[in-house]
Amino acid sequence: MSEENRDTAMQGAPEPLPHAGGDIDDPKFADKSYSQGQLVRRRFFRHKGAIAGLAVLVFITLLAFTSIGIGPIPGWWDQDFTKTGTVVNGGKPTMGFFHFGEHPFGQDTTGRDYFALVMRGTQISLVIAFVVGILSTIIGTIIGAVAGYFRGWAESLLMRITDLFIIIPLLVFAAVLGSIASGAGIWALAVVLAAVTWTGLARLVRGEVLSLREREFVAAAQAIGTGNWRIIFRHILPNTIGVIIVATTFAIASAILLETSLSFLGFGVQPPDISLGSLISDYQTAFTSRPWLFWFPGVFILAIALSVNFIGDGLRDAFDPRQGKDG
Amino acid sequence: MTTTDNTTNAPLEGDSVLSFTDLDVKFNTEFGRVHAVKGISLDVKPGEVLALVGESGSGKSVTSTSALGLLPRNATINGKINVAGKSVDTMSSKGLRKMRGDDVAMVFQEPMTALNPVLTVRTQMVEALELHGKAYGKEADEKAIELLRMVGIPDPERRLFQYPHEFSGGQRQRIVIAMALSCDPTVIIADEPTTALDVTVQAEILDLLRSLKEELNTGILLITHSMGVVADMADRVAVMYKGDLVEQGTVHEVLMEPKHEYTKRLLDSVPRLGTRGETPPVESDGPKALEVTDLVVEFHRQGKTPFRAVDHVSLSVSRGEIVGLVGESGSGKSTIARTALGLIPAASGEVAILGEDITKMKRKPLKALRKRVGVVFQDPASSLNPRLPVGDCIAEPMEVHNVGNKASRREKVLELLDAVELPRAMANRYPHELSGGQRQRVSIARALSLDPELLVADEPTSALDVSVQAAVLKMFTALQEQYDFGCLFVSHDLAVVDMLADRVVVLKDGEVVEQGDRERVLRNPQEEYTKRLLMAAPVPDPDEQRERREERHRFLEEVGEREHGLRIDDK
Repeated sequence: MSEENRDTAMQGAPEPLPHAGGDIDDPKFADKSYSQGQLVRRRFFRHKGAIAGLAVLVFITLLAFTSIGIGPIPGWWDQDFTKTGTVVNGGKPTMGFFHFGEHPFGQDTTGRDYFALVMRGTQISLVIAFVVGILSTIIGTIIGAVAGYFRGWAESLLMRITDLFIIIPLLVFAAVLGSIASGAGIWALAVVLAAVTWTGLARLVRGEVLSLREREFVAAAQAIGTGNWRIIFRHILPNTIGVIIVATTFAIASAILLETSLSFLGFGVQPPDISLGSLISDYQTAFTSRPWLFWFPGVFILAIALSVNFIGDGLRDAFDPRQGKDG
Repeated sequence: MTTTDNTTNAPLEGDSVLSFTDLDVKFNTEFGRVHAVKGISLDVKPGEVLALVGESGSGKSVTSTSALGLLPRNATINGKINVAGKSVDTMSSKGLRKMRGDDVAMVFQEPMTALNPVLTVRTQMVEALELHGKAYGKEADEKAIELLRMVGIPDPERRLFQYPHEFSGGQRQRIVIAMALSCDPTVIIADEPTTALDVTVQAEILDLLRSLKEELNTGILLITHSMGVVADMADRVAVMYKGDLVEQGTVHEVLMEPKHEYTKRLLDSVPRLGTRGETPPVESDGPKALEVTDLVVEFHRQGKTPFRAVDHVSLSVSRGEIVGLVGESGSGKSTIARTALGLIPAASGEVAILGEDITKMKRKPLKALRKRVGVVFQDPASSLNPRLPVGDCIAEPMEVHNVGNKASRREKVLELLDAVELPRAMANRYPHELSGGQRQRVSIARALSLDPELLVADEPTSALDVSVQAAVLKMFTALQEQYDFGCLFVSHDLAVVDMLADRVVVLKDGEVVEQGDRERVLRNPQEEYTKRLLMAAPVPDPDEQRERREERHRFLEEVGEREHGLRIDDK
């Protein structure tokens, strides 16, 4: 065994593709290798649906927050969503093909500008959705990881609690807790919604952790003397990040729908706050006479939920290209 | 099945049953085109074994899969593929389905995954027979029983109705072979048929395959990376390297007088039993690096008595000594290694590392002790955290034990990368960008980062190609001399142990069969089991291997066991 021999070993070395045997023809890729993150980004930005979804979501978010401003910061739209006024033109939308008009989305019965109202509702719905999505992810990840890693009584206890949350119908549970909390404002409502929607993620993460903890790198870490929490946070959870991110996007999409349905039923966002759901609920009787009061918030709910779902789809394909279509 | 009825689809004597002409396969991937097979020509004649040899990624499996028309859709295939006189590339999908099984059958590497675990053996065998219109109903059952008897499954009438998990690994592979035979194929493609099996079982399966070609005149395309298997089985050998055919010839030509540089290097790196001379025994004083006394490890099973994986095992590793722990699968060798690392609790007995018993130790002192122990696992793909760059991975033990500061750790990482002969720039790479051999070097570097006094290596090279294995083992020996750690080296490969170890412990079913100096155990074994293991290990020399095979058959007859080749009833 000579120096030569070692060279053979090294020659066969650069194999950036797990499935690839021979050489790559295209010189551009021959000696380029990608980190996991770069690969995911590459695949995500090739997913047309996801990019369209991302564009729509960014547009809606910017529109909602810049138009009427946030808190004390004023936006570029001069109408206030609380101010009543005279109803012009029967409250019909003034928006045409190339002009906005005074009240692009029309006015409600008391003469408030409906564009400002919808923007305010969108703001609140988005805030609630993201807070719920992120909080429920954190809760679900921790519970799932602890249950999956430690097994034993901790797993039994945590998963039975999870089961308990799952068997109670979500809408009923959220309605009861939500109507108590919503008096304290939208943040309390968001926290309560997060507290009832983490269950799916907890199960998902537990499953992932169960399979990861049997991998040899975990045994290697244990043999080195690594502590349990360090193993969970440094070795196991980073490997579940794909699953978690994908689940979070879908959690955000369903949080939007949950919040709007709660608000529609009257258990969610309470006046003086407005959400897209409460707007629909407030004007549901006006559906025949003033359909725009129903359509605009509805379209926004649809657009947000759909775009977030598309982003989730794109992320899933990017993290796990084997799933879904051939390629 | 009899030998006469395969004349219906067997081509004329001398014609090849499987041939590739200028086969060229490219895959379109998201990174561009991958050229997997670069215009190769091969042919297999009836009653002949052609061994296709190469390391992982050389394109040998792609070549064989193309014969079945089973390549994924992103493959572009050029050239001609002929199976039993029919052209595969122009065949319709219906024709392809008929050809698979009728003309060409496949024997896979992993017999457990090649059989469907939720169906009985009968269902799976009868399905093959009925699909190809060979036999139906009762007749098919009888035929299946006949096939099972032929491949040496005892009591086939009863066992036909069992599920795959009720058979041993070797028996499962026999069943897979029986299924392959069910439609009298003219050619069998065996893709690493014995890689997942123990050496003694491997020898039996090779005997069975050999009788196939002798009794049934079947052509066999044998894909393997093991030169020993090639020497044992093949008539002709084709060597592939990076999608190219670098050498082709009879087994004697290729193995004894290789022409191509690559073949020579490949043969040079195969570890050979019995080539290492005597070595002086290692002397050391002070506490042993590892001392296992009367160790019992049990796994609890629900509603059953616990399974005893390790039964009263005693062994020791001195400092500066490499002890080879040898045994077949299920012998408890990995369990002992993991218990020595404190990953599995011992039911009774003592495990002393550097003089301290870890079985009764509290967490804090155990952590301190672990600082002095390094570990290398078998599968480099799974023993490195895919989300950590290589440098962080090597620094992880130092970070866990709070050794040094950031700068000194970095320094040590670079030093270790030099020691395992990897470029320093590698520190910022992720494990998936590295080849198997490079990853295993990283594992070794990580194990050495705290200058351990004991290193536990669990099959560190068995997932690697031979040339890579040779390089890693060479480096390993050099590092052992440099760092002077005691090492418990777990392996199923006697040749590797022969190359490395000072002492050898042979295990069987959780018990120590024989232990002693390497020289004595491997050259002059006292126990029947050790002899059996040694005889079953194939050597990459066709003549020597034939002698060894005959010697093994004699030995087995002496101890009252007949090898089962193919059994054909004279009806």
